[in-house]
Amino acid sequence: MAIAKALNAGLQKAMQDDPKVLMFGEDVAQLGGVFRVTEGLHKEFGDSRVFNTPIAESGIVGTAIGLAMRGYRPVTEIQFDGFVFPAFNQITTQLAKLTSRSEGFLQMPVVIRIPYGGGIGAVEHHSESPEAYFAHTPGLRIVTPSNPNDAYWMIQEAIKSPDPVIIFEPKRRYWQKGPVNLDIAPMPLHSARLMREGTDVTLLAYGPMVTTALQAAELGAEEGISIEVIDLRSLSPIDYPTLFASANKTGRVVMVHEAPTNVSLSSEIAARITENCFYSLEAPVLRVGGFDTPYPPAKLEEAYLPDADRILEAVDRSMAY
Amino acid sequence: MTPDNSTPMMQLLAPDGTYGVPAQYAKYGEIIDSLGEDQLKTFYRDMARIRRFDIEAIALQRQGQLGLWVPAIGQEGAQIGSGYAVGPNDHIFPSYREHGVAITHGVELMSILKMMRGVNHGGWNPEETRYHLYSIVLGAQVLHAVGYAMGVKFDGRVGTGDKDSDLAVISYFGDGATAEGDVSESLLFAAVYEAPIVFFVQNNQWAISSPVEQVTKVPLYMRGSGFGVPGMRVDGNDVLACYAATKLHMDEAREGAGPYLIEALTYRIGAHTTSDDPSKYRDESEVEYWKARDPIPRFETFLRRQGIEDSFFEDVKQAGDELAADIREQTFALTTPPLENIFDFVYSESHPDIVQQRAWLKAYEESMGSHE
Ligand SMILES: Cc1ncc(C[n+]2csc(CCOP(=O)(O)OP(=O)(O)O)c2C)c(N)n1
Ligand SMILES: [Mg+2]
Repeated sequence: MAIAKALNAGLQKAMQDDPKVLMFGEDVAQLGGVFRVTEGLHKEFGDSRVFNTPIAESGIVGTAIGLAMRGYRPVTEIQFDGFVFPAFNQITTQLAKLTSRSEGFLQMPVVIRIPYGGGIGAVEHHSESPEAYFAHTPGLRIVTPSNPNDAYWMIQEAIKSPDPVIIFEPKRRYWQKGPVNLDIAPMPLHSARLMREGTDVTLLAYGPMVTTALQAAELGAEEGISIEVIDLRSLSPIDYPTLFASANKTGRVVMVHEAPTNVSLSSEIAARITENCFYSLEAPVLRVGGFDTPYPPAKLEEAYLPDADRILEAVDRSMAY
Repeated sequence: MTPDNSTPMMQLLAPDGTYGVPAQYAKYGEIIDSLGEDQLKTFYRDMARIRRFDIEAIALQRQGQLGLWVPAIGQEGAQIGSGYAVGPNDHIFPSYREHGVAITHGVELMSILKMMRGVNHGGWNPEETRYHLYSIVLGAQVLHAVGYAMGVKFDGRVGTGDKDSDLAVISYFGDGATAEGDVSESLLFAAVYEAPIVFFVQNNQWAISSPVEQVTKVPLYMRGSGFGVPGMRVDGNDVLACYAATKLHMDEAREGAGPYLIEALTYRIGAHTTSDDPSKYRDESEVEYWKARDPIPRFETFLRRQGIEDSFFEDVKQAGDELAADIREQTFALTTPPLENIFDFVYSESHPDIVQQRAWLKAYEESMGSHE
């Protein structure tokens, strides 16, 4: 099953299990969303549970908040990463804070689905990685699947959460296939997963970069470097115990993501690993990411985005300490 | 501002206290006809109560007991009138100045004072009071109100004819807030989903120092029309007009008529907040003009002409002084919660960063010894 299909199946299951689950956003009904993640849901659940909204992202999230207050579990789709910003105010000043503001009287079981990341040859604003803005915000939970099995389960668990969850969906991997276990959730929503064991260097990745990290580990093995790969899965909270265990084991950590590295997830993780694993480290935590520029035009994105070579260059630098 | 007489405005009670129903507003007049003397007295009592409360809260702020106060002086007619028109199942999404609406639905005034003192950000139970938390980000709450109303519609609680079950939503915001994109999106979503909601705009003619003329080219009651939300202007200093308009359009919303917008033309007699200095941007003569149109004396004149006796007004005054003394005492007695409480409700379910920081704070405080 492909990631897009797994998300679709997970959504369908959640909507079957709980009549309070709604799915809405731009073009999500008859069309099934521009990436077809909601395909068939409108047909199965009808206008009152799956509906198109006006093209107004703040309106989508703001009304989702009101619907959650009314006892619904709204799942919203933001059509592309670069279009979440009109909703930034509602997400950060309202959704993230209402439980705290109300001293627990209000819960906010709202899910925001955001296809993110580059690699699909798109025009501007369709290839961004804005996760750090949200991971920085107390009150939000952030997850990102890298494979179909996680996609299927994460979307369902996100919907069950009483807290707001943003699920960043790796859009260039939507069509990547893999097995899905329909019976057993693989692990808790906010845990990281060891994807490949290794002994020399820990490579941390999430979302679309997990596949790239595994490619790098394969190439590294050919060169005689044993790379351990961890998929973060959750960006808020971050499963630090798993990260620290690996850092303590290998003594070397490289982290990769598509987002610009300046004040990014890897900035925070580097700081935490330094603080908690200082005496185990053989090298500083090194980072591979997008450059600190606006996302480039499509013809340049292949060179802009981190690939296995850029990762291995950082691995080599780490090994040289 | 100079009154704009070209815009039709429903006024039932003239500034001199004369009551009269223009023919085109007959159905609103019928609503007033159905009110008993007790209800009229309640309107007066609560307008006077909230005025007295405001004055006391300003004094408490001046004495350093509150961080800030946001007075509603001059807007009591709009707030008490509309507030009492909201039904027992309906939900209210206020902005941050609707203390008058709050008392019409039993919200503890101390909850509001706590917030302005800075011991919490609200903290009353919005499900229980149906009066949602104050919203400081202009316009943000209007979308929540629309979402809530959409949910009511999805629940099938509109237009069933069952008065005990059907409900509608009212959202309050100011003239300044109408400029926010969220308000436009709210009008659009409400129209598209035929949500049972009344948008109640208190046009108090100022947004801090910006006069309403600087932020709109058409009267605000027309703001919804391009979205498919009809509207009307009422005299916001006429408690009866505000009651009748809100009652009729909330009833209609509950019955399935969809959204409606009421612009209550009122005036902010006081400062924007206790941090503001209106002398920098408006003439005292303008304030005097509007003081002559104050909603409270106008209604008093009306009630006296109805034969309500002196003793009633004296009781109200005394009750106001008692309220003031009571909130003063309670405000002085407010304690500051421990810092660790900030961790309590960031998430509904445990979050490791919160757990860790709470533990760190506890250990730190213990290492520093007690400061009590
Ligand atoms: C999004 C946002 N921008 C700016 C402010 C600062 N601010 C607070 S009140 C106010 C004026 C609001 O005027 P209006 O909507 O007319 O309400 P009023 O204060 O007159 O009741 C401004 C600019 C804010 N609270 N929220
Ligand atoms: Mg105003």
